[in-house]
Amino acid sequence: MLHFTPTILKNLFSKSATRLYPIEKREPFENVRGELDIDIAGCKLCGICARKCPAACITVDKKKGIWQVDPFACIYCGICADSCPTKCLYFKGQYREPVIQKVVKIMEKPVEEQVDQSK
Amino acid sequence: MAPTVIPFGPQHPVLPEPIHLTLTTKDEIVTEAVPQLGYIHRGLEKLADIKDFHQLVQVVERVCGICSCIHAATYAQAIEALMNIEVPPRAHLLRVIWSELHRVHSHLLWLGLFADGFGFESLFMQTWRIREKIMDVMEATAGNRVIISVNVIGGVRRDLSPEQCQWILSVLDDAEKEYKELGKVFLDDYSVQKRTRGQGVLTREKAYELGACGPTGRGSGIAQDVRQTGYSGYAMLDFEPVVENDGDSYARCKVRYREVLQSFDLIRQAINKLPEGEINVKVKGNPEGEVITRSEQPRGELLYYVRASGKKHLDRLRIRTPTFANIPPLLAMLPGTELANVPVVVLSIDPCISCTER
Repeated sequence: MLHFTPTILKNLFSKSATRLYPIEKREPFENVRGELDIDIAGCKLCGICARKCPAACITVDKKKGIWQVDPFACIYCGICADSCPTKCLYFKGQYREPVIQKVVKIMEKPVEEQVDQSK
Repeated sequence: MAPTVIPFGPQHPVLPEPIHLTLTTKDEIVTEAVPQLGYIHRGLEKLADIKDFHQLVQVVERVCGICSCIHAATYAQAIEALMNIEVPPRAHLLRVIWSELHRVHSHLLWLGLFADGFGFESLFMQTWRIREKIMDVMEATAGNRVIISVNVIGGVRRDLSPEQCQWILSVLDDAEKEYKELGKVFLDDYSVQKRTRGQGVLTREKAYELGACGPTGRGSGIAQDVRQTGYSGYAMLDFEPVVENDGDSYARCKVRYREVLQSFDLIRQAINKLPEGEINVKVKGNPEGEVITRSEQPRGELLYYVRASGKKHLDRLRIRTPTFANIPPLLAMLPGTELANVPVVVLSIDPCISCTER
């Protein structure tokens, strides 16, 4: 009998086990796969990420110089970042914030950069 | 009095999983139960036509969130067998560590839900607080909390540093201490025993006849554990299957309670035996032939059948999950149960309907 009493007493005098997220955020662990982002200046628009992605959430248009991702279809597996030849894809430590409307993240490669690449 | 037919589920306050049972009752005692499945069929096996065999690792991980690592490891094991890939021993033991972490968090989740099922809400909260420590270990080592995506064909994608191994061991010690305190409540508390002892009895003969697997079978005295076949890194570790003989909900709860302690022990053994070396090998070509592999999930035996003909896409992928095998034993447990105890008995097999329907 009364097996649970020590736990109850401990909880009564200890601080809360949860925190007031999103007001109070925890420091993320190292190498956590949060939100997918790109350093577009380093991107060659080769499209390997788009072909490897199991969720098919990345689209690359080489002609228009556009790299885009649907963050709501992304499954955070990290295959794209692992297979990126220039290592320009990376994951932020924090998770994506909740939104009211779903949007696709479109990144356009600056035109002069593209000219540099073709040289 | 004429029998009353009561629909149970697919939406039920206690059950997190969408299973529908048509219960025929007489004076509040269940006399017959007929299941109805198919509420969350997603056609994941069919995706083998569209996704190539490397991408399927991520697809099979999503068959079940709770034991995703084990699904991916079993699938990778099947493809590795087809392509004759020799996985490095370090990768084998890393797979064991993450699989056992998954088993611990799955069982802690279940113990919490079970506590909620018999109306002990604060026990549910306590169990899940311990589970959070395990989730932190997975987030810090693999990058994600639940679907950790560490397995690839040919090995694993992430390595554990010696500091991380030490940290995991200290977290496990912490979690085990707290867990053993809760164990007294799960195993000795009067009210818990009152709700679970003698509920949904499955005899050893019946369990064998109906093909019960995993903790459901082991709670009825069938000492079968697929890990004993020594797949992956389990051949390097010492353990005995956890068996209880009563065959009631309490016995199944006790099996899972003890299995968490066993998994803690297996993780410690694996970390201590972790050899140096590579964590994956390069994979070239496409698989050809057909193969069946088995593994032990938190809920029981998982079976993968793969047929391939040297192309990027597999010809056939068939997944048989443990809950699929445990539904006939559940139907044998229910007759004779009071209507108020049906949720406890249904939960006692740890149903994972998303697994079953894929």
